[in-house]
Amino acid sequence: MLTLIVFLPLVAAVVLAAVPESAGRRPFLVGWIGITAIDAVLVVLAWIASDTGGGMSYEQNVRWIPSAGVAYHVGVDGLSLPLVAMTALLFLACAVYSLRQTHRVKSFVLLFLFLQTVSLGLFTALDLILFFVYFDLSIVGMYFVIAGWGHGQAKRSALTFFLYTFVGSLALLLGFIGLYLAAEPHTFDIIALATANPLAGRGAYAALVLLAIGIGLAVKTPTVPFHTWLPPAHTDAPAAGSAILAGVLLKMGTYGFVRIAMPLLPETWRQYAGAVVVIGVVSVLYGALVALAQQDFKRMVAYTSVNHMGYVVLAVGATGLWAGSDAQARSLAVTGAVTQMVSHGLITAALFLLAGVFYDRRGTYDMGAYSGVAGPAPLFAAATGVAAFASLGLPGFSGFIAEFQIFTGSLASATIGTALAVLGILITAGLFLRVLHRVFLGTLRLPDAPGAGRDFADLHRSEVVSVLPLLALAVVIGVVPRFLLEVIEPASATLIGLVGR
Amino acid sequence: MNENPAALIPELTLVAGAVLGLLLGSWLPRRRQWWVRVVTACACLAGIVATGAAMAGEPQKVFGDSYAIDTATNAGRLIVLVAVLLVICLSSEEIGAHPRETEFHVLMQLGALGTIMLAGASDVLLLVAAYLLASIPLYALAGFAKDASGTEASLKYYLMGAFLGIALLGGTTILYGSGGATNYAALARNLPTAPPPVVGIALVAVLGGLLFKIGAVPAHFWVPDVTEGAATSVAAFVTTVPKIGGLIAAYRLLVDSIPAVSLNWPLLVAILAAASMTLGNLAAFFQDNVRRLLAYSTISQVGYILMAIAVAGKSALALPGTLFYLGAYAVTNLGAFAVVAAVPRTTRLEDYRGLGRAHPMLAGGLVVCLLGLVGTPPTSVFLGKLEVFTAAIDGDFVWLAVLAVLNTVASLFYYLRWILPVFSPASESTKVMVLKGRWAAATAYLAAAASLLLGMAGGAVLPLTAGPLVP
Repeated sequence: MLTLIVFLPLVAAVVLAAVPESAGRRPFLVGWIGITAIDAVLVVLAWIASDTGGGMSYEQNVRWIPSAGVAYHVGVDGLSLPLVAMTALLFLACAVYSLRQTHRVKSFVLLFLFLQTVSLGLFTALDLILFFVYFDLSIVGMYFVIAGWGHGQAKRSALTFFLYTFVGSLALLLGFIGLYLAAEPHTFDIIALATANPLAGRGAYAALVLLAIGIGLAVKTPTVPFHTWLPPAHTDAPAAGSAILAGVLLKMGTYGFVRIAMPLLPETWRQYAGAVVVIGVVSVLYGALVALAQQDFKRMVAYTSVNHMGYVVLAVGATGLWAGSDAQARSLAVTGAVTQMVSHGLITAALFLLAGVFYDRRGTYDMGAYSGVAGPAPLFAAATGVAAFASLGLPGFSGFIAEFQIFTGSLASATIGTALAVLGILITAGLFLRVLHRVFLGTLRLPDAPGAGRDFADLHRSEVVSVLPLLALAVVIGVVPRFLLEVIEPASATLIGLVGR
Repeated sequence: MNENPAALIPELTLVAGAVLGLLLGSWLPRRRQWWVRVVTACACLAGIVATGAAMAGEPQKVFGDSYAIDTATNAGRLIVLVAVLLVICLSSEEIGAHPRETEFHVLMQLGALGTIMLAGASDVLLLVAAYLLASIPLYALAGFAKDASGTEASLKYYLMGAFLGIALLGGTTILYGSGGATNYAALARNLPTAPPPVVGIALVAVLGGLLFKIGAVPAHFWVPDVTEGAATSVAAFVTTVPKIGGLIAAYRLLVDSIPAVSLNWPLLVAILAAASMTLGNLAAFFQDNVRRLLAYSTISQVGYILMAIAVAGKSALALPGTLFYLGAYAVTNLGAFAVVAAVPRTTRLEDYRGLGRAHPMLAGGLVVCLLGLVGTPPTSVFLGKLEVFTAAIDGDFVWLAVLAVLNTVASLFYYLRWILPVFSPASESTKVMVLKGRWAAATAYLAAAASLLLGMAGGAVLPLTAGPLVP
């Protein structure tokens, strides 16, 4: 089942690759939307039929390279299933959004189908090398998206992105090799490693392994001070690319913390949790403050990602601070972290798709050049407003549920850090309100773009159809979160049990 | 004493192929020389079949324990023969219908034979003979085109080779003098009683010869010049094939004859590995000529493989890592050269602008091979790197593994410098983007596919590389 979900887009890509480019845009776009829709339906079916008792569902373990301890081992639990679902949904949204794409459609569609397989694969992988393969391929795929369809200094940003995240991925590989060599018998299997806990009591060696893995994941997440690749990559990527980069690829880092770093190195994680909390809090505040100073809409959203991912890092760090909190609080923090990953994926992807509207109409993201856009484009203004409120964590949206759980779960163990992090919400609230005020209200003023008319066209059908479901889902999670939390909670309890060893 | 010639069928088929090719070439009219190509290919195929049979058999030593037939030799035979087949395909357009086509194929077979003998030699004298056989035909090949740059390359290659060949011979003499034998097993018994400084000097001299063969620092100066100056097919051959024999020979020499001597040779090899990968990468950074870029990239690749040699005997993964990496590297590197051969008029990185539009398949093959050389999963070099890194950490060379990781990242930069123009819009001078070679292009597709397949089917191939050396 999982294999089908993961590889369906890739198979579709191979089939579509055989269609000549001269067939026009239609077969590619229709095929793309069709496949992503089927994949999303499959994920929903898998969700309904899955066993939410805290263990793995749909587990499959096939020998791949036995002599190197590598296996094709996949499965989903409460930590990964929500992310799989979010990924499938985001790719569907991007497919719909890109209906109006005209530039080299065939390669674009093939690349996104490839990226979808890679992203879904990563969240289902239960083998370190399998995880690494997907992790690296996601970098390759996104590199071509940014370099091929970006704007501005796209080539340069793509190169920065590739080099940075590739350094991270290789640090990760060193950490994985460290885990592999420590285990007896040598294996890359995540479940087996979690059971064996091979690095218990291995002081400096374990610390080095955690450092390598931590750096790898921190670059991808990204947390301060490894975030510098993010703003240029986001700013110069095409809208759909930014949405996938922020919505899905960033989660690979935070997901790695809950799937690999915490359960496989429990003792070392607890030892250094304080440092993780500090990094998380710095990311929260720094991301928010820098976002406040941005003139460029897309850049601002990129920095709020640093801020939002900071909450996740804070939560996983606070979970490791064993003294001063009980199992329930720790579990709550992890649940909040996973919820935040899903919530941020939905909301930020929506924001980036909406940011694409600015560029599509007027060729710039400079907020100083716009004013009173709500007049000609009320739908656009409303959608952006909703997304902004969702992003700043207003009750009734998924972000609130996530952040509330994170803060409640972290407060007891990391009191000062949590108190400081709450300020981040205040700053993001301020900056989003300022944006709404400056760009959408007031007298109409638009930047001059060659070839553009005098008006600012409202959202097209494809834009509405792609963005609204994301926001709607954010509201649904915000109002009736039980269906999501019931899946996550048993898995976080299991995780807490593993970290407690 | 086992003097069973049947154990040497892969080597003998190459000899037969070379002799038959030479005879045929002398009698055939110029336009019918492609028969020699067929003979060469048949010799390789026969050799591959014979190697397959040998793999199923027991490991053994033949001819006075001077030649080992074991996992390493068989893997070396297989990789060399497959590599020669690929070179035959990619050279079809460049060498085909050339007046001296016969010479090319005969010399190539002799060079391949020397390389295989390097891999199997377990006697220092045989190592010297194999070194000469693997070198001299290649000097001639380097000057095959008979133009100024080829002649210069050939001369430089020859001078370096002659100098380090003398060093190898000198080292052999000292080993014989201090150990009283030339056989590896006998050396291993006798050397511990010999004075360590003398053994050290001998080892350095012998390693010098092998470093020349594999193109590692500090014997790497010929690599960029030969790669740029010689014909593309020759460049593909000399940057790929001799390394296979040279690295296996180094592994065997260090493990079988020097183990009990109180020399810190692992550290020496580790330093050579570090120097090779770092210098190769740094020099590749701003190369504008694709062949020079590939040349420096091969120098750095040798550095990665030397990591496994440094932990030879200490980590169970050292031998499988070396052999698998060699196979993966051979396929991937030849794939990149096949792309160069398919669009022969492109020499600079800038010339590759618009390749993605003009020939998407070829561009795809190039990207797979280049990312493969970086070590991006799931290509085979990734698996090779994984094995080699793991072996290095397992053998307590963590600093070397970290350095290799940093080097991998650095190497990404210059491979991307090549990939990026491929997908850029074409410039005005796209006339150079003429796809000349159908065979060369087909080789590129084949090699790229093989590189991916070898990586994904690593589970089936890796066991072939595991197995002890014959003592």
